[in-house]
Amino acid sequence: MYFFAWYGRLGLFLLTSVFALLRPPYKIMPVIRQIHFIGANSLYVIVFTGLFTGMVLGLQGYYTLNKFGSIGFLGAAVAISLIRELGPVLAALMVIGRAGSAICAEVGIMRNSEQIDALECMAIDPFRYLIAPKLLAALISMPLLVCIFDVVGIFGGYLVGVHLFDVGAGAYFQGMYQNVVWQDLEMGFVKSFVFGLLMVWISSARGFYLHLERDGGFGAQGVSRTTTKAVVMASVAVLVWDYLVSAIML
Amino acid sequence: MKPEKEIVIELEDVHKSFGSQKVLDGVSLKILAGTTTVIVGASGQGKSVILKHMLGLLKPDSGQVRVFGRDLAQCNKADMRQIRSSFGVLFQNIALFDSMNVYDNVALPLRERTRSNEKQVRVAVEEKLALMGLEGQEDKFPAQLSGGMKKRVGLARALMLDPKVVFFDEPTTGLDVNKSNEIYRLFYRTQQQLNYTAVIVSHDVPKIFKLSDYVALIANSRMHGPLSPEVFQLSDNPLIRDFVLETMGPIYSSETEESLLYETF
Repeated sequence: MYFFAWYGRLGLFLLTSVFALLRPPYKIMPVIRQIHFIGANSLYVIVFTGLFTGMVLGLQGYYTLNKFGSIGFLGAAVAISLIRELGPVLAALMVIGRAGSAICAEVGIMRNSEQIDALECMAIDPFRYLIAPKLLAALISMPLLVCIFDVVGIFGGYLVGVHLFDVGAGAYFQGMYQNVVWQDLEMGFVKSFVFGLLMVWISSARGFYLHLERDGGFGAQGVSRTTTKAVVMASVAVLVWDYLVSAIML
Repeated sequence: MKPEKEIVIELEDVHKSFGSQKVLDGVSLKILAGTTTVIVGASGQGKSVILKHMLGLLKPDSGQVRVFGRDLAQCNKADMRQIRSSFGVLFQNIALFDSMNVYDNVALPLRERTRSNEKQVRVAVEEKLALMGLEGQEDKFPAQLSGGMKKRVGLARALMLDPKVVFFDEPTTGLDVNKSNEIYRLFYRTQQQLNYTAVIVSHDVPKIFKLSDYVALIANSRMHGPLSPEVFQLSDNPLIRDFVLETMGPIYSSETEESLLYETF
């Protein structure tokens, strides 16, 4: 029964947040602040993760393709792996770890210290004031972060393949140019959009309903427990939806 | 009670339980416009629960809570927002937004609920902060303020949009005598200026009686009163008498005790 109630609440939370987002008047500054927090502040972690993921793909790809004498496909293998799969998934997992946990803790502490009640008593809709800017910011930031992840990853693969293993730069990029198609980019874009939504939805909903947690959600421990649950749940949801989106779009 | 005054808030036979614990067992109460009603009672008796019912933050298991004549259980979100736009609340733990400075905390209701531009917001915020004696504190964060200052910021925020009803949940808890008196003076002064209806939950007895028009006691999950402070102190109701004796001693004379306390009013 608890699970039905919880998932029902989660669904209503998303609907209410989306309606709050669509209702005028629109305020741009809170969204920009959230884009700065979710997007710009995640740049370092995205660049580092992207670079090393691309380098590992270059390394493993070269080792595997060399066995079949087809190292000319290295660029294509790195790019397709990143664009279709690893870019959206790893970027989403990193952003969940960095921004999702922070969102859950922030909203949870606001719930615990009656700041959300205070908003309601001031006739300020907490969904509109607190959740909607985060939702929109995640939907804008996540596809951009994934693009950056992909580009940096492709550069990482280039560093390893071209500079370490002497694959020709022309072959690396030509293979990519010939084999990466629009559907690959489309899938990457859809996934990044879905993962951004999942990240902010689950993180903020768990914080928002902290007081309804089965174990109480009280105090600092309650916030830390709920934040952990939010990160785990969002990460698992990303992997499940990764499969679903892939299955639907293939 | 004077019947000619408009009833702003009315609780009628409100029952509320949390799990197996019955907190409110048929509570009825009327709050009249322009008056100050104080709800007293020992800790854990459900004073804040009553306040949360009035604010629509909790729903009764049975019974009705009517605000401005409207049953809160029948109100949708938009109706609730409209009703709450006439409210100001000073929470027990103040509930300042801890990631915002004093200025932004006080400015928030104006920014979110009105179409004021930043210049108008600044003028209004500075006026309220000056009224509370908080000039020069605009850039501080709640964590950098003393308890009394936090209460004053909370009061400034609660009064920002000139509310019709202001709720005070334990306004002086955790403050020393001087700081408590300061809050009472601010309350008295702002109520004279803005003429709001006040609902105060407090156990700062007997001081709070001096500011109140009506006093009600919550004990054993039921409401006793409201009565005028004078009648309350002389009441024959055994629960009220026990409370008065326990909190004020067997003999209390407001003429001899704390006679100079509110001279500044």
